[in-house]
Amino acid sequence: MLQALADGILTGSIIALGAIGLTLTMGILRFANFAHAELITWGAYMALGALAITGTFAGPTPPFSFGLPLVFATLIAVVLTAALALLIDHLVFRPLRSHTSHMTVVFASFGVSLLVRMVILLIFGGSAAYYSNELQIAIRVMPGLRVMPDHVFTLGLTLAIVVALHLFLQKTRLGLSMRALAENPDLVRINGIDTRVVVRWTWVIGAALAAVSGVLYGLTVQLRPEIGFQLLLPLFAAAILGGVGNVFGAVIGGLIVGLAESLSVLFVPAGYKMAVPFFILLAVLYVRPNGIFGALRGGAK
Amino acid sequence: MSPLLLEVRDVIAGYRPDLPILHGVSLHVGTAEMVTVIGPNGAGKSTLVKAIAGLVPISAGSVAVEGTEVTNLLTHKLATASIAYVPQTANVFTSLTIDENLKLGASTLSKADAGRRIAKAYEDFPALTQYRGQKAKVLSGGQRQMLAVARALLTEPRLLMLDEPSAGLSPLMVSEVFSRLKTLIATGVSILMVEQNVKAALAISDRTYVLAEGRNRIDGDSAKLAGDTEVAAIYLGAGGRKR
Ligand SMILES: Nc1ncnc2c1ncn2[C@@H]1O[C@H](COP(=O)(O)OP(=O)(O)O)[C@@H](O)[C@H]1O
Ligand SMILES: [Mg+2]
Repeated sequence: MLQALADGILTGSIIALGAIGLTLTMGILRFANFAHAELITWGAYMALGALAITGTFAGPTPPFSFGLPLVFATLIAVVLTAALALLIDHLVFRPLRSHTSHMTVVFASFGVSLLVRMVILLIFGGSAAYYSNELQIAIRVMPGLRVMPDHVFTLGLTLAIVVALHLFLQKTRLGLSMRALAENPDLVRINGIDTRVVVRWTWVIGAALAAVSGVLYGLTVQLRPEIGFQLLLPLFAAAILGGVGNVFGAVIGGLIVGLAESLSVLFVPAGYKMAVPFFILLAVLYVRPNGIFGALRGGAK
Repeated sequence: MSPLLLEVRDVIAGYRPDLPILHGVSLHVGTAEMVTVIGPNGAGKSTLVKAIAGLVPISAGSVAVEGTEVTNLLTHKLATASIAYVPQTANVFTSLTIDENLKLGASTLSKADAGRRIAKAYEDFPALTQYRGQKAKVLSGGQRQMLAVARALLTEPRLLMLDEPSAGLSPLMVSEVFSRLKTLIATGVSILMVEQNVKAALAISDRTYVLAEGRNRIDGDSAKLAGDTEVAAIYLGAGGRKR
């Protein structure tokens, strides 16, 4: 039970990071981006690729299974994931946004997600991979609860990122513009702000969080080209649960989904675990269409 | 003679290329002049100010500020062109605080200038001060209008465009808003205002344009138009008589 709780919080925090990026782009760009989950896979694999270079310089830093090389590899992955997101927006979403219906953009994001997954399959192959083969010794916190140092790191980093993002959104001009953009894009322009710049930064931030989320997933579970596909439903469940555009909502939503998934194993066969976020999503949409905390704004429009 | 502050010439504009709403509208605003645009519902008054602000594409004709052409201006460059615009609806961010609304309006200024002018805005609109940290959704219609105008003035524009600033306000608030605008004119700012209240519009402004069905119908000194039977006819009839 205790172990399931701890596992749930871990999965939940990884889902939360991905869901924050999704909720930001959904709230601001007003479309459901199915390709967001693939940014997570892309980030995870870019870090793996970068590790081939950075990993040669130093070994892991105990008690973690990784060291500075993975930190640098993650930074490279963040840059490459942001670049991919900007490229996709420039080539696909931006031309479509101005000329076609909402649904066209959503379907296009489906196409993009398939394409990204195929590219990853082509480059890295389909089998599971790991950042490190080091064995980690789990720490026994109390009877019935063992945690890995990597897991503690994951939780700490997630917490730090959420706090930093909150301060950014509340205290900086760019953060303020992003919040305003979710409510009324025309009025933001009238206020003298170039919304194209704000949109670009939104992609960069969403992609960066996706990349970090992907690396943490690869670190605590494993790397597979289907990471994004499997996270897709949990991400949307978390974002919608928390209210589209609501950053803290996405965090809480992520934790709820993660906990529900891991606790469900206690009651139903593990094979049904993947269906849990789907039921949460349905239940929320039925009872509170705007999410538990309500959206920053009406949401996708 | 120096060029006019704002000159709109034969503008054709609409939300869709195949469906123009404005069929060649012209108007001008001089320095420290208050000009109102009136006309029946759906005449295209809002579309006209949106077109000037770059929110509705102009397919023919031109807009110039002090002789410099700004047709199809990128909306975020309004302030650079010395124009500020208060839309008819949704003119404040209800999910942001009063302070944040003003900060956003000042985001093209340096931090120091922004701070100074926001402080001045609270002095000029003291009613807003007590709501500083609260979301703008708590404000009444009149207070929102105040906030929207205060925001628009932060960039110290030479032309202020207002779309029906008196809509939904109590008569007391209307006269308060209008007397504010009068003092602005005295400081050399020009105003282009869409107004649904014909009497009020003709009473407050120097000149008035009557628009109907996306076309200029009548214009001239507001004092003279006040007694014009044709103006009344445009409002009573379906678009009024042709000239
Ligand atoms: N966003 C829009 N998209 C399409 N048509 C619009 C839009 N806004 C207004 N219109 C149409 O443009 C015409 C003029 O509207 P508007 O400029 O708002 O009139 P006014 O402000 O004079 O009442 C109307 O026929 C209206 O239906
Ligand atoms: Mg109107």
